Amino acid sequence: MSDITKQSLSQLVENIKSKKLSSSEVTKAFVERSEKSKELNAYITEDYTNALNKAKTFDEKPNLDLKLPGIPMAVKDLFCTKDLRTTAGSKILNNFVPTYESTVTQNIWNEGAILTGKLNCDEFAMGSSNETSFFGNVQNPIDKNLVPGGSSGGSSSAVAAQLTPITIGTDTGGSIRQPASFTGTVGLKPTYGSCSRYGIVAFASSLDQAGPMAQNVKDCALLQEVISTYDEKDSTSIDFKRNEYSKELTKDIKGKKIGIPKEYRVDGMPKEIESLWKKGIEYAKDCGAEIIDISLPHTNYALPTYYIVAPAEASSNLARYDGVKYGFRAEGENLIDMYEKTRSEGFGTEVQRRIMIGTYVLSSGYYDAYYLKAQKVRKLIKNDFDDAFKKVDAILTPSTPSSAFKIGEKTNDPVSMYLNDIFTVPVNLAGLPGISIPAGHDAKGYPLGLQIIGNAFDEQNILNIAYAMEEKINFKNNITDWWIK
Amino acid sequence: MSKNKSEYLINRHDNQYEVVIGLEVHAQVSSQSKLFSTSSTKFGAEPNTQVSLVDAAFPGMLPVINEYCVKQAIKTGIGLKAKINKRSVFDRKNYFYADLPQGYQISQFKDPIVGEGKVILDMPDGQKEVGIERLHLEQDAGKSIHDLDPKNTFVDLNRSGVALMEIVSKPDLRSPDEVNAYIKKLRSIMRYLGTCDGNMQEGSLRADVNVSVRKKGSKDFGTRCEIKNVNSIKFMQMAIEYEANRQVDLIEDGQTIDQETRLFDTKKNETRSMRSKEDAHDYRYFPDPDLLPLEVSDDFIENLKSEIPELPDEKKKRFIEKFKLSPYEANILVSDIETSNYFENVIKKSDVKLATNWIIGELFAALNEKNLEITESPISAGNLSKLINLIKDGTISGKIAKTVFEQMMEGDKDPKKIVEEKGLKQESDPKALEALIVKVIDDNRDKATEYKSGKVKLFGFFVGQVMKVSGGKANPQLVNEILKKKL
Repeated sequence: MSDITKQSLSQLVENIKSKKLSSSEVTKAFVERSEKSKELNAYITEDYTNALNKAKTFDEKPNLDLKLPGIPMAVKDLFCTKDLRTTAGSKILNNFVPTYESTVTQNIWNEGAILTGKLNCDEFAMGSSNETSFFGNVQNPIDKNLVPGGSSGGSSSAVAAQLTPITIGTDTGGSIRQPASFTGTVGLKPTYGSCSRYGIVAFASSLDQAGPMAQNVKDCALLQEVISTYDEKDSTSIDFKRNEYSKELTKDIKGKKIGIPKEYRVDGMPKEIESLWKKGIEYAKDCGAEIIDISLPHTNYALPTYYIVAPAEASSNLARYDGVKYGFRAEGENLIDMYEKTRSEGFGTEVQRRIMIGTYVLSSGYYDAYYLKAQKVRKLIKNDFDDAFKKVDAILTPSTPSSAFKIGEKTNDPVSMYLNDIFTVPVNLAGLPGISIPAGHDAKGYPLGLQIIGNAFDEQNILNIAYAMEEKINFKNNITDWWIK
Repeated sequence: MSKNKSEYLINRHDNQYEVVIGLEVHAQVSSQSKLFSTSSTKFGAEPNTQVSLVDAAFPGMLPVINEYCVKQAIKTGIGLKAKINKRSVFDRKNYFYADLPQGYQISQFKDPIVGEGKVILDMPDGQKEVGIERLHLEQDAGKSIHDLDPKNTFVDLNRSGVALMEIVSKPDLRSPDEVNAYIKKLRSIMRYLGTCDGNMQEGSLRADVNVSVRKKGSKDFGTRCEIKNVNSIKFMQMAIEYEANRQVDLIEDGQTIDQETRLFDTKKNETRSMRSKEDAHDYRYFPDPDLLPLEVSDDFIENLKSEIPELPDEKKKRFIEKFKLSPYEANILVSDIETSNYFENVIKKSDVKLATNWIIGELFAALNEKNLEITESPISAGNLSKLINLIKDGTISGKIAKTVFEQMMEGDKDPKKIVEEKGLKQESDPKALEALIVKVIDDNRDKATEYKSGKVKLFGFFVGQVMKVSGGKANPQLVNEILKKKL
């Protein structure tokens, strides 16, 4: 089968289970395609030889009862993988090889999947274009010199370019949904506490959440089912009843109430986004959903709130990268000098910027005005959603205020870069699940996504809505393999 | 002249200064594993052998609260008669140091687990109440070792993440003696509770000492200096004495005191400036987003209350009321849980008054001489109890008992056996004693005559002779009676 890499995860699982394909054949196909796709720079670390060996071992005694039997998979390089370098896209962890496995990736391997490598991302997941990675920017397979979004840019690029059948990313302010939107793929940010944060390099602990990135909603549901487990090793993990999302997936969303928040009609929103949203509303109606206008009054404050809370937590979370115990160390005259040199040379500009913002907002004399106030606003934003979910089952918004932009276009304008997260950030602040599905193209032919936001723990509901709308939208990604010579 | 004898004042020229002291005691929680990880807390292990990925702050590692440590902190709070906060919050205290792997210490800042409480001190001139401001849980840091290599510092993370209780007193202490009593009392309460072993040599108990001075009678506090990390009571007392005098000298000299953190140099016996208020760290405290607020139910607290043993104050009261001990005796016997256990075991089967005297007197002196703790006593409570019974029932005299006691100290021997083997049993047969006495009188005819002619003081001489001839075994009471008759 020459078109192995074109198959969806669900098809591959079915073909392996019915022994039409072996894990080795599938793994080899994705490895070969990945090797031909180096120009995308989607990988930071490749583990192809090990992957092929593991596939061989799997085929010798295949356990076909597993959910991901012998499926090759590359993951975002923010997940610690035992014995395989984990960099978080940073020079400071350039040489770091964990002796442990993150819970989320362990769950994936437990279901039979095979690690093929670690995918590029913005440094410590701080970025919206994958341009802050120490390992260079990632190409969007949609078009040359187009960013794949971020921070899970390597992940979105790899899924869209079919270098991996599916992957996982992390989403702190939109880092799964925005790159999914930019690459015409599906990305789910689960409820905070749904997926364990154990073994994921932390950016902002109260916002970080791992989630699946896939070619379609069904695959996305299957992976969510695998990765979402209660974990005692993460004190913020929540012990709730998890659905078998892929099994319970249904297109019947008749009578579901879908809210349209007026505050998301932001100033200067491109016409294309406006019309995409309108089309989305029509699709939802076509599926039998009821559309209700709602208000999320504190939406305007979400971005500034996020850019206080996230850097504050990051400034503290990143303090451990000090050159003392592991990772990069620059020699210094004394301890302080060593710290300064290590962190100046080891962290990139954006990470340093956020550490400084975070340090500032937590400083004595500024704490109340910034951090404390931001926490209060965060509560108000959560209350907005709580009120809304008394009236509706889900909320529909655009995923991003624009389609993918050119590499280098926004690197000198951090605020414009931050504005990319305007529709996704409120969801993280409120700890809610949100999914981005591809819903159309702009004039340049670049994909655009719609976001469906659900109430906490209601992943099944938004997956169902996405599944139903996906069929109506019938999106086709236009990828020409331009990078394959 | 101060009206009560324990008042501690510093005199300079015509001024009298009062010293105001508050303590932040860091007490290591007695627990098998650390506050947020499963690593062992055992003291004295090889460096860096008790370090988990969490303790060493590896990427993606997360803290998980050790419920046992929470229970220990609440129990301590109950022992300090303090308010237990049903909701408390763990905060991050951010600063960089080589032995602080996370780059922050997880502590409790705004919402500690235990609120206001009190400790009662027994001072020579009566009781004194010292207020407790709060108790919070926090992680210990690792240890930097600077003297193994001329150029490098070595770091041992065994201690990193061990649970500490920081117990903050109100500025209620007024002298080095009160500080001594306070630390001892705090230690005693925690040892009764089993929440901290109080071992100062191993660093299980150390304190930051806040010292200020003010003119006697003043209601306002002076500017305080904090002396960091003092690890023995003696050093605390020396540091306070030095620091208070330093501050008084400055004031007398017309200078002002800078609020600062100081270190006590134990070799030079002086405090030295470590950093001024301007250089103080900005710790950027904020709630740790890796941990949810800690919430405990009323039931949880009530269950712990039911596990609280009788504490020193209550025990003391009971000893005084039930056993008619003096407050002095009771204080000594309850000061340490092991001592009070020993005492209560001895008196199960023997006379309280004798037991009290023997423990406080002979036993303590003997242990002291050998530098032993009560738990290491060569004489078990059971055997001491037997010895006391031998005295009480007249089998041996108090004097002989001391000889027996000395032998017992050489190994936990049964006093009855010693008495039998060495033939130390008291002679209480009136006939045998009479024969002995008659012989002594016969041998000392001249003295007997003198006695009869009115020199009654010689009676003691005769008693002594009889005891000597009997090898100390004669029953002194009977000797007295018979001698009186025969003379």
